[in-house]
Amino acid sequence: MSEIRYENFFPIEGGTFVNAGDVSSRIKSILKNLGVGSEVVRRAAIIAYESEINIVSYALRGTIRLSVTPDAVCIEAKDEGPGIPDIELAMQEGFSTATPMVREMGFGAGMGLSNIKKFSDSLEITSEVGQGTHVKTRINMAEAG
Amino acid sequence: MTLAEIRDILDAEVLVGSDELGKEVKTAFSADLMSDVLAFAKPGSLLLTGLTNPQVVRTSDILDIAAIILVRGKVPPAETVRLAKELKIPILRTRYILFETSGRLHEKGIVGCIEKVGGDRVDVGNKI
Amino acid sequence: MKLEEIAGKLNLRVLCCDEGLSREVRGGFVGDLLSDVMANSREGDLWITRQVHPNIVAVAVMKEHSAILLVQGGIPVEDTLSRARKEGIPILGTEINGFEAAGKIYGLMNP
Repeated sequence: MSEIRYENFFPIEGGTFVNAGDVSSRIKSILKNLGVGSEVVRRAAIIAYESEINIVSYALRGTIRLSVTPDAVCIEAKDEGPGIPDIELAMQEGFSTATPMVREMGFGAGMGLSNIKKFSDSLEITSEVGQGTHVKTRINMAEAG
Repeated sequence: MTLAEIRDILDAEVLVGSDELGKEVKTAFSADLMSDVLAFAKPGSLLLTGLTNPQVVRTSDILDIAAIILVRGKVPPAETVRLAKELKIPILRTRYILFETSGRLHEKGIVGCIEKVGGDRVDVGNKI
Repeated sequence: MKLEEIAGKLNLRVLCCDEGLSREVRGGFVGDLLSDVMANSREGDLWITRQVHPNIVAVAVMKEHSAILLVQGGIPVEDTLSRARKEGIPILGTEINGFEAAGKIYGLMNP
């Protein structure tokens, strides 16, 4: 198991866009300061942001865990919320359960999960209806680290 | 072309970043859907949009967008302007609709560009 | 300018209602926020969008657009196509992105 260079948990409040994106911006800064390569920083920031927006849009509250090891950046988003009844359906581009409020913010086009998949090297989603959703992603880093 | 030239082409008002008008841009991405921007926009690009909420600034920060052009004469809320100042992302505002804005920039040589995963860029340019 | 001329010059795919290709295009409108499209677009506009759900047909009908162009490879859901056929609203598609599409169409209409 690779030694962890950095690990932190960021709480996110659901149901309000007031601070939405704040955590992702911080994650981006942290990764830059750690000297992570710019392409990995970009992908991680996008994954963090889509995850954060999902929590804000659908859940009561959630947490994003960022961990950095010499060979990977891992972003894990866990929320307390309605959960996803059909994960495969939710992964389809264009499928959305967004409310009108979410859509007017410019989100809810049904690309969040597919964007997360697109920018990660591995992705694991588990969910329980009525409890919440857990999304784990990993971005591999080249040896330079 | 510089942001100053873009300001002139679009008769735009500079809301944030009047000290950054010398910034050079070559590409633009237009969208009202933030997920599209996240999926496809290229770093260093202009973002043309009718969305004025602070998430536009967040998205731009995440993607290293060079500047935001708000179209359709929209006036952004104070929170959006404040966040853009904090994150140092220029915002220009034009009366022109997105179609006209895109048209004017395109005819002056700005190209659309889509970023692919893994860093390969597809410069659409004038191929079609 | 006629829709078929724009479609021909830009190699746009006609996804439905090709009988509408003779329609006159009076202008262009790019947008995905339906409230903005309702407020700002005009009769005869070619509406360029990424939205693929059936509501786009209702909006296009209400605003009397000449046609809808889905950019960046967007594929309308079946419900959207069947409604478009019922209303006779042509839906076209292209792989190129919104900025390029708008730029080129603007160029054709403002030589």
